[in-house]
Amino acid sequence: MRKSDLIELRAEGLYCPAGDFHVDPWRPVADAIITHAHGDHARSGSANYRAAAVGLDILAERIGDGAPIQPLAYGERVQVNGATVSLHPAGHILGSSQVRIEVDGRVCVVSGDYKRAPDPTCLPFEVVPCDVFVTEATFGLPVYRWPPMDEVAAQILAWWDECRDASRAAVLCCYALGKAQRVMAELAKLTDRSVQLHGAMLRLTERYREAGVAMVPGEPVSESAKGRDFAGELIIAPPSAAGSPWIRRFGNASIGFASGWMQVRGNRRRRGWDRGFVVSDHADWPALIDTVRATGAKRILPTHGNTDALVAYLCEEGFDAEALHTEYGGDD
Amino acid sequence: MRRFAELYAELDSTTATSAKVEAMAKYFSSVPSSDAAWAVQVLSGRKLKRLVRTGELRALATRESGYPDWLVDESYSHVGDLAETIDLLLPAATISADDAPLHEWIENRLAPLPKLNETERAATLLVWWRSLDHGQRFVMIKLLTGSLRVGVSQRLVVQALSKISGIDTAQIAHRLGGDWKPTPAGFAALTDPDAGAHIDQPYPFFLASPLENEASTLGESSDWLAEWKWDGIRAQLLRRDDNVQLWSRGEERLDGRFPEIESAALQLPSGIALDGEILAWSGAAPLPFTALQKRIGKLKPGRTLLEKCPVVFLAYDLLEQDGIDLRALPLSDRRQRLAQLLATQPAESPMRLSEAINSDDWRALAMLREESRQRGVEGLMLKRLSSTYQTGRRRGDWWKWKIDPYTIDAVLIYAQAGHGRRSTLYTDYTFAVWDDGKLVPVAKAYSGLTDVEIEKLDRWIRSHTLERFGPVRSVKAEQVFELAFEAINASARHKSGVAVRFPRILRWRGDKKIADANTLDELRGLARG
Repeated sequence: MRKSDLIELRAEGLYCPAGDFHVDPWRPVADAIITHAHGDHARSGSANYRAAAVGLDILAERIGDGAPIQPLAYGERVQVNGATVSLHPAGHILGSSQVRIEVDGRVCVVSGDYKRAPDPTCLPFEVVPCDVFVTEATFGLPVYRWPPMDEVAAQILAWWDECRDASRAAVLCCYALGKAQRVMAELAKLTDRSVQLHGAMLRLTERYREAGVAMVPGEPVSESAKGRDFAGELIIAPPSAAGSPWIRRFGNASIGFASGWMQVRGNRRRRGWDRGFVVSDHADWPALIDTVRATGAKRILPTHGNTDALVAYLCEEGFDAEALHTEYGGDD
Repeated sequence: MRRFAELYAELDSTTATSAKVEAMAKYFSSVPSSDAAWAVQVLSGRKLKRLVRTGELRALATRESGYPDWLVDESYSHVGDLAETIDLLLPAATISADDAPLHEWIENRLAPLPKLNETERAATLLVWWRSLDHGQRFVMIKLLTGSLRVGVSQRLVVQALSKISGIDTAQIAHRLGGDWKPTPAGFAALTDPDAGAHIDQPYPFFLASPLENEASTLGESSDWLAEWKWDGIRAQLLRRDDNVQLWSRGEERLDGRFPEIESAALQLPSGIALDGEILAWSGAAPLPFTALQKRIGKLKPGRTLLEKCPVVFLAYDLLEQDGIDLRALPLSDRRQRLAQLLATQPAESPMRLSEAINSDDWRALAMLREESRQRGVEGLMLKRLSSTYQTGRRRGDWWKWKIDPYTIDAVLIYAQAGHGRRSTLYTDYTFAVWDDGKLVPVAKAYSGLTDVEIEKLDRWIRSHTLERFGPVRSVKAEQVFELAFEAINASARHKSGVAVRFPRILRWRGDKKIADANTLDELRGLARG
């Protein structure tokens, strides 16, 4: 950690001394810039927030308690004390941002969570040239290389069809914010059949529709008559629903999970998922390395995930890399 | 091999045994018998000969990937499976260039690999690795490295074969035993309805249930037979015609492993079936299970091993005599016949009766049960004297009344990632107790925590790592766990001087400090012998 990094690690989170603000703090602070609305990055309790204008209502719902959030258009530059700050698309979920911080001509970019693969639900990641690049490392090993999304979407549809033929329900578990909507948007390219949605998905999916994201139609499971037969339906539910009493209503369902972690068989078998679909909202290994190179930064600060391997590899490749031990999670 | 890779993916994508059997049956009946034979071979757990050293595969994959050695090692330890790691590290073809059948791959491509020199072998492997799709390449490397590990056992393969042929599973298991060869003729012989006359098979085992209530709730103690609960392997011994067969509870033949039992049993009259326990035995008491383990692993034990770890068959039931099924008789009758039958055996014979324990009442029996540890047994078995010999685990007539395990509090000091399905989590733990102000490791344990606890502990381990030694991390001494063991023995091989049997985690003692953990002296005090 050096002064020239423009950012430092404090007990409450990443802090920019020149601007006197935090990025995605895990404890309440005076002034927080939020990269995206996932729970480990957007926490309630801070006095003031700044975030991307896109998807702001989702963030507001997550943070709750009516805290003021100052919306920023992508690319809009604002002066925060001694720092010039702007937000740029990160391609992770709707409204996800990278935070560009400029102080005296030196630029640090905090990228939050990001991916490089195309996603119909959000703007693509923008390469922002910088001197210091703060990157995630959720999938920081070369065994993580994502298959093309259209292939995986076709696999999901084929699985749904198999289940229909066998008169079974197909329950696809995935994170309620971002992943679920991305899967529904990808399916919309292949089919116009409706899917059934778990209660946790409903409001979020509605927000995505309001933002103009085209998705397959979704019907709330909760509005089905008691004792309804779900055979042949595709149900989208959060991972926490697996093994819960809620899921029993689908009888002999096939249970799948859509996540980058499904790339490794052990991850799928450990939790007993019937099917694993490799769909990630994070950068895979090649994307991490390509992105680091593309920013032109010499100083690289991986924050969460498999930081050890990424730091060691980047150092061997001639970068000045060091891990920042943050409290962000590895959900995908 | 495309069809076989699809079968593999299908088997891998379900945990339901019925679906696995179904998938294999479909495969066996839809491919040429030359392929089906090899599928039987590898799915039933018969390994192919090691064709390429794993070190050589790893080095080749590292070179092809362009990544440094340590990064490939790190990836391997994260994935936990070499074939999968290689497949994930290297770009694959979208569609395989050729689709040679499974037998062609195994017999004409993989089998000749050891004859090539290393350079030729590398060139050959790279051509395949670059031209196969992920599914086929993964299976191909699995075949090269030995076992498939796809949650299929010989039992399930046998069920699938039975399903397509209508032939009894015991018959197929028998045909698949011994010197079966993975050839078209071998496959045809497995499923031929006309081949082979009646074969011997064990009776389905009757299994005891754990006694959860007070023994006195079972009624009068005089209505019950009490025996020691032996810590060996359950087996049926069939003495038929001119031969002896030993079957384990998993319905696998144990023939050849225990020659002293087989030759003694040959002295018994033909047409009998005994249910009993195989134990390593010396003088008047059983040897620890570790001694028996040495014998289980040896198909043809040598003289030294036979002398060091002699075994006995303790018979506790007679299921057949003079070729007649006795299972419907009351246990008291069967025991009487069993005792008479074995009375003809010389005292030193390894064919023995599992003795009945005489006692006046439940209280006296409960006191005898307290001697279990000194006697090297797991507790008592209680069997209703009027009961028939039933099938499977039926509650009511057979109870196991085990003694409570030993428990200690110990401190987590090392963690290692698991294998297979637990490969991405730290799930293998080493625990220590105090000795002279230092923590010394005494037990490794893998089970006992819930999935939620495992993930919580995994996160704790990652953020409290002190040092890393390859796949092992030493962690801050802070977490105390209550462990249970079945037995503790003095051991010269272990640094701590004690070896524990079947250690597992009872609970995570978040309420305890490391100073509360037990000491090695306390542990030694529990050790027997």
